[in-house]
Amino acid sequence: MSDEVVIRYESVCKRFGPKVVLQDLNLDVRRGETLAIMGPSGIGKSVTLRHAVGLMRPDSGRVLVEGKDLSTIAPEDLTELRRRMGYLFQDGALINWLTVGENIALPLRENTQLSDAEIRERVEAKLALVQMHNTGHLMPPELSGGMRKRVGLARALVTDPEIVFYDEPNTGLDPEISMSVNHMIRDLAERLSITSIVVTHLVSCILTAADRVVLIDQGRVFAEGTPEEFLRMDNERLQRFLAKPYD
Amino acid sequence: MELLNGIRRATDAAGYRVELFVSVFPRLPALWKRRAMVSDQLYVGGIKVVHVVLLVGFSIGMVVSLQTGLELARIGQQDQIGTLVALSMAREMGPFITATILAAAVGSSLAAELGTMAVSEELAALEVLSIDRVSYLVMPRVVALAILCPTLTILCDTVGIVGGGFVARSQLGVGMQLYYSSAIESLQDTSSLGVPKDVYAGLFKAFVFGTVIAVISCASGIQAQGGALGVGNATRSAVRDSIILVIILNYFMTWFFYQH
Repeated sequence: MSDEVVIRYESVCKRFGPKVVLQDLNLDVRRGETLAIMGPSGIGKSVTLRHAVGLMRPDSGRVLVEGKDLSTIAPEDLTELRRRMGYLFQDGALINWLTVGENIALPLRENTQLSDAEIRERVEAKLALVQMHNTGHLMPPELSGGMRKRVGLARALVTDPEIVFYDEPNTGLDPEISMSVNHMIRDLAERLSITSIVVTHLVSCILTAADRVVLIDQGRVFAEGTPEEFLRMDNERLQRFLAKPYD
Repeated sequence: MELLNGIRRATDAAGYRVELFVSVFPRLPALWKRRAMVSDQLYVGGIKVVHVVLLVGFSIGMVVSLQTGLELARIGQQDQIGTLVALSMAREMGPFITATILAAAVGSSLAAELGTMAVSEELAALEVLSIDRVSYLVMPRVVALAILCPTLTILCDTVGIVGGGFVARSQLGVGMQLYYSSAIESLQDTSSLGVPKDVYAGLFKAFVFGTVIAVISCASGIQAQGGALGVGNATRSAVRDSIILVIILNYFMTWFFYQH
């Protein structure tokens, strides 16, 4: 992990109607780091993630990725930046009329000049990575929630991105697959120096995958530290949150 | 306040539809790359409505023939039924009926499909994957409907004239030879362009209707929010607004071609 800041939230505020979701959020993510964001449901964890890929714009404040302000960045620069990012959506967000294989191949077909054989090879490799061998021909409606999530993960990783965002990567997965996903996040970060932000409820996920954890509450960072520091913090609100039976 | 919000939402929606329509043109060079998707849309859309277009077109031709034929018979001019049916179908009924059927059957399905993609984050996923959703989703659908509507209009016109001929003979005693020769003769009135004006004016209308229905349906779907209810609202507004715009544009195009 280097000291270079890749993603920076500067005094970010976001509201939906009368509801304030982010209130003066300040947060840095360094290159190669895996940052876990925790917090109660509906507190703005996914909203925080969406700001980092330009799916949402802050009402005030700035989100900088590699020094570029996503509110003012030129569309073609944002497209270029996104090509180096991967994003796992909560339920996979697979395109329903494409097979599993076509879903994973989609960013390669649209954004690269790779041959069919190379694309097939990469798709198979990513399917194997998420333990979904020989499922390329299936259609999304034929998949369980956990399988959809894993295919979404394979699609997020197929372009070998430098920055990956995981929105609840363990939801809907059985404990064994869930733990393998945690190890995979850790492994990718270590082997390929991928910068990651993981939104999660699970203590097992932060212990296995994260370098640093932040708890968001009332729209701002409420607590921050390494997973071990985080679990030992003597803070009633934090301990109350961690004691909830999410895991 | 509620009224102002409603006006603002309607203005935003109209603005987005215009923006989407304009943004389709720079994507047309990618048409060859999207040919499979265009042919899929043509096949699915065509199969979905062709039998309805044939049935309704035939029935409308019969009604027009009977209504006009009874009046013409009173003044001894029933020989002109073929002319009236052919002109009515080619100029107005064919394009309008086809557009209405397409808006109801294909436009609603487009809006529901894209609306479901919007509420299930598939559109957001495309955006994050750096895939241009106008090029990937909208342009192929607009091109398909712009081709489909005139093609189905030709079918509608044809079966309408045949339906009219059936009534002219069985109810009004007009010979088939006379009916068809007057119908064909009326459609051969060429314009300065050297092609039958009533045919190309009707097909041009159909082309515009197909384009408008596709753009409105795609825009409604993309802007859907709020789960199943949002998809339902998007579908309803796509059909309603498509038909309203088809009627309004029909008037202006008729004015342009025949009174201008």
